[in-house]
Amino acid sequence: MLGLNKNDLTLLAIVAVLTLFAPFILNPFPADSAMAQFNAGYPDLMQRFIIFGIFAIGFNILFGLTGYLSFGHAAFLGVGSYAAVWMFKLLSYNVVPAIGLAIIVAGLFSVLIGYVSLRRSGIYFSILTLAFAQMSFALAYSVLSNPKFNLTNGETGLQVYKNDPQIFHGENMQDFPHFFGIYMNSTHTMNFGAWSFDFNAGYYLCAIVMILAFYLSIRIFRSPFGMMLRAIKSNQTRMSYTGLNPRPHTLAAFVISGMYAGLAGGLMAAMDPLAGAERMQWTASGEVVLMTILGGTGTLIGPVLGAGFIKYFENIFSKINDTILHQWFAFLPDGIEDFVVFIIHPFIGKGWHLTLGILFMLVVVFLPGGLVEGGQRLGKWIKSRGKSDDSSATTEPAE
Amino acid sequence: MGILEVKDVGKRFGGLQALGDVNLSVAENSVHAIIGPNGAGKSTLLNCLVGKLIPDTGSVMFDGQSVLGRSPHEINQMGISRVFQTPEIFGDLSVMENMMIPCFASRDGSFRLHALENMMNEKDIVEKAEAMLEDMNMIDKRHMHADSMSRGDKRRMEIGMCLAQEPRLLLLDEPTAGMARADTNNTIDLLKQISDERDITIAIIEHDMHVVFSLAQRITVLAQGTPLVEDTPENIKGHPKVREAYLGETQVA
Repeated sequence: MLGLNKNDLTLLAIVAVLTLFAPFILNPFPADSAMAQFNAGYPDLMQRFIIFGIFAIGFNILFGLTGYLSFGHAAFLGVGSYAAVWMFKLLSYNVVPAIGLAIIVAGLFSVLIGYVSLRRSGIYFSILTLAFAQMSFALAYSVLSNPKFNLTNGETGLQVYKNDPQIFHGENMQDFPHFFGIYMNSTHTMNFGAWSFDFNAGYYLCAIVMILAFYLSIRIFRSPFGMMLRAIKSNQTRMSYTGLNPRPHTLAAFVISGMYAGLAGGLMAAMDPLAGAERMQWTASGEVVLMTILGGTGTLIGPVLGAGFIKYFENIFSKINDTILHQWFAFLPDGIEDFVVFIIHPFIGKGWHLTLGILFMLVVVFLPGGLVEGGQRLGKWIKSRGKSDDSSATTEPAE
Repeated sequence: MGILEVKDVGKRFGGLQALGDVNLSVAENSVHAIIGPNGAGKSTLLNCLVGKLIPDTGSVMFDGQSVLGRSPHEINQMGISRVFQTPEIFGDLSVMENMMIPCFASRDGSFRLHALENMMNEKDIVEKAEAMLEDMNMIDKRHMHADSMSRGDKRRMEIGMCLAQEPRLLLLDEPTAGMARADTNNTIDLLKQISDERDITIAIIEHDMHVVFSLAQRITVLAQGTPLVEDTPENIKGHPKVREAYLGETQVA
């Protein structure tokens, strides 16, 4: 079905169910319990999970398949955001043209950067993309925001103002991005006993887009083109001497992943209609590399897991502070309580990067295949346990 | 007029004249060996034929067209396939995938964006790759990870990958280097079978006299970047100049 084999179809179905039911899954704790701060089911964060998931899926098409490590993918995300906000400013708050233009502009931009950067491979390619992304950042931050030609609105960030043309903006429309009248910030809250679940229009738009993007990435992975990209990663010499030109292959992969980044940037602007230069900074490019490696490079689901993992840490662990720790450990004697809090303190709040760093190290050292490899090992372990139980339960086979 | 015509090819690396005025003509559907002592310029010559190096002087014509200035994938698409000294295969891919890639390359050319096409619909490619694996006696290894095979199998697969493209000229760079005697003999038999059964020209660079004399119909002896003699194996064996330059120390049966 859908041109997928059974395993891939199952994976797609799992991802679809998880994303569509995420408001429930991510809010397992009652709203007023002490564990409620571990709930991640609020619209803002769920949207970020999905958007960075799309970004990482696209990045993985380049890095996972061809092995070309781009350190400048945030540039395409930023360009996508700017393009989308410009559509809001010029046309209307409808997200469809905004996201469309975001993808197109990011695609064109990645043709340009890819064409130059892909003349080199390995570390030189990484450095070239990094240089391009930092140049784009500098352009967006200062050069393209002078009074005569203000494309990016510099430090303030590009946003929609009352005096913008917005030629298709209806009289009675609200000033917020919408999908043909469905506003991205409209949320339906469902209360169920002590639990509360938020269903946000913007989240569901992102979720549907991500399911489509994920489907597309499975198709690309399983296509002859995907096989060619893996061949490039494996042996470029053999590739050339088999009559295949590696460069258009890598450029196509680069542009596809750039368009994914543009899509993510467009969605980001659709959820919150402003675009800042900091989205293009090298730290943002580095983040998507971390997400992909953490989740499992070259696997289908890995990047999405990695994106969710990092965004969860960023938003949940960073919110834990000493007061909360004191509440948790209140049962301990005073001196020991203070000591425990003192030990944990550097790893929470602003120190979440430290925790993430340690986790990243552990994953890379012990699970080179990322979280996906962890899951596979766990699955094998459970299976082998089940088997040994079975064999011990059955009578000894006759030999 | 041979299928491959090398005229006055010269190549200099700094102060070293690697090739000087090499003339070579490989007749269609023959097996032509190029031998010579270490540093004779055999590999340099081969690299000039496949586009890895561009000679300083002279011309290389394949089937009436110049190959000079073309990149390796273009030269391959003209009909020249190359087997490397150490097997160059797609080690991270399965044996079947290794065999499918050259099939795609000969059907679709050097680039085609078939990103949304389904592998399940590529029946002709699958069949062709399976047939080639069958010919190479490797069909039972089709799901194996290519890197986990023995060296002899990798060599066999690499030759199969080249043949899957139906090239008109197959270039082999010391195909039995570092192989055990049994593997070497298998490779010789395979190459013999290929040249008997297929419409193909084989040019082979080799150190191993046993391989050369069992396969070649014509032999060119290269020494210090220039061809010394070109003749049939029988005449080469007894040629005094060759003995002096190359076979002097080696006992040939």
